[in-house]
Amino acid sequence: MQRYFGKYGGQFVPETLIPALGELEAAYAKYSKDAAFQKEFEYYLKNYAGRETPLYFAERLTKNAGGAKIYLKREDLLHTGAHKINNAIGQILLAKKMGKKRIIAETGAGQHGVATAAAAALFGMECEVYMGKVDVERQAPNVFRMKLLGAKVNTVVSGSQTLKDAVNDALRDYTANFKDTHYLLGSALGPHPYPTMVRDFQSVIGKEARAQIIEAEGRLPDYLVACVGGGSNSIGLFYPFLDTKCKMVGVEAGGDGKRHAARLTGDGRLGILHGMMSYLLEDENGQIKETHSVSAGLDYAGVGPEHAKLHEDKRVQYVSILDSEALAAFHLLSSQEGIIPALESSHAVAHALKIAKSAPKDEAIIVNLSGRGDKDVDHVRRVEGGAL
Amino acid sequence: MSRIGEMFEAKRKTGNAKPSFMPYVCCGDPSQEFTLRLVETLVSSGASAIEFGIPFSDPIADGKTIQAASARSLAAGMTPAKAVETIALLRRRGVGVPIIAMTYYNIIFANGTEKFLKSLKAAGADGLIVPDVPIEESGELRKKCAQAGIEMVQLITPNCPDARISRIAASSGGFLYAVSVLGITGARDKVAPEALDLVKRAKKLTSLPIAVGFGISKPEHANALAQAGADGVIVGSEIVNLYTNAKNGEEALAEIAAFAKSMSGK
Repeated sequence: MQRYFGKYGGQFVPETLIPALGELEAAYAKYSKDAAFQKEFEYYLKNYAGRETPLYFAERLTKNAGGAKIYLKREDLLHTGAHKINNAIGQILLAKKMGKKRIIAETGAGQHGVATAAAAALFGMECEVYMGKVDVERQAPNVFRMKLLGAKVNTVVSGSQTLKDAVNDALRDYTANFKDTHYLLGSALGPHPYPTMVRDFQSVIGKEARAQIIEAEGRLPDYLVACVGGGSNSIGLFYPFLDTKCKMVGVEAGGDGKRHAARLTGDGRLGILHGMMSYLLEDENGQIKETHSVSAGLDYAGVGPEHAKLHEDKRVQYVSILDSEALAAFHLLSSQEGIIPALESSHAVAHALKIAKSAPKDEAIIVNLSGRGDKDVDHVRRVEGGAL
Repeated sequence: MSRIGEMFEAKRKTGNAKPSFMPYVCCGDPSQEFTLRLVETLVSSGASAIEFGIPFSDPIADGKTIQAASARSLAAGMTPAKAVETIALLRRRGVGVPIIAMTYYNIIFANGTEKFLKSLKAAGADGLIVPDVPIEESGELRKKCAQAGIEMVQLITPNCPDARISRIAASSGGFLYAVSVLGITGARDKVAPEALDLVKRAKKLTSLPIAVGFGISKPEHANALAQAGADGVIVGSEIVNLYTNAKNGEEALAEIAAFAKSMSGK
């Protein structure tokens, strides 16, 4: 299996983890080609997570923008509220095959933590989730959800007390406990084989969307748009379209303009974090910077290595959307279509609206609506001044 | 012969059974001045080499003690350039033992690998330990270390099969760093049996000196490791604990001097 995407990726981890990652890679190589495993994965995606998700033509939103047709890939309808469950089920099935008894995960907004906690409950496995103290405070309902699902939530007080620090502590736990523990990493980042494995488990999004758009339009779409935090929902949508001529756009968090999480479109530099070589936000000395976004799920200093490669190859265009633009899209989709999107996905919606306005009416855009916004409603209310 | 090689060679000649005491310091915790005095104290109390930590914001191989030390150091304004300058200051003050820099790859890479290694060498550093660069990823860095005249020390762990220990040893400079536990840094009560086993296995597979680190905090640990054949012991967290628990800097240095003497047998 390839450890790199061009010069990006690799396995920059302590020696202790090399055999553990080797074991994981071998298991993944075996089961990714195993028909019974894939069948079991599909079974749980369908009957537990609720696949397939609709590709919904957002007619009112399209009219509002006044140009190209906007289709929404409704990952927000999945069990636990986001695309994260696809990967959580895939990895937990693999962990079971590997004989692991304990699952650990990191979480930012809490969506991956909730998905992991649910999957662990489903398969009767012990589960601990690392979450930064700042995120524990701003996403309290998800902390309670994880606890209801039987997971132990470890509050991370080191560093900036957000997602990157949760990944650090999960990696430390994995280093000490890999014999009986699987680290269920939530995005297409980290050391090999995670970026490849998570992409593959999330590719169900793009595979379904491809068949669905052909059914709806009789042809491939002109654009694919998805938000990019670590990059799992976007790579899941893009990957099955890489052999086409579809234009693809990855949307990073532009924050408030000054403080942001734009690694590919901002001042990111090539560096090494969390086991991978990729673009990072760091200071002039190489210390990792604190990032900012209104959406906790995009608030991350690194980006998955395959995105760095797609950026270098100019196969995917990367753009950024401001907090204010994402909030406007959050409101517009809620009021026009009766769908409250996650703030992360609102970034993709905001950019899709920009494209739709300037593209002809016979063109089609697929937007990955990666998660629902229930978790964000209190946060948005606070950000906007608190009035009901 | 390099300064590191000479140090182990001298120890071998004296027939001293005690492993060389090679303490770790986190540069800049809580200030550059304290680090200078800490290193001088350690050396005058028997330290044979210094593992010189250059703090990184995201130290994934480190436990809470070194994490906190790194955070304090960064908050007080320590930078990679100032850390290199601190090494130069130590040399100017007469510290003659080997200095092995320890930091994470991003610090080296972000500061321009060649330029950074050159500055380390010019300051008087002898070696480099990078815990997040396993041998598979080390080719480029190893080459540049060799060009700069810096010995790149590689790590082995209890879960390394023999064949892998041999491969790692073949690409290691100076000595082999044996990680005593499956896990991260931090003081522990006992030396794990797997650490003793690792040292015994490594001694059969390589002629490089073996220094053991992670979790080592007591003279008894050093004695047990010496019997297994260890040539050196690296102590980090325990030293940080000693000075963070002390009432003031003077008391801290006095306690550390006593501890270093108990570890080194001086």
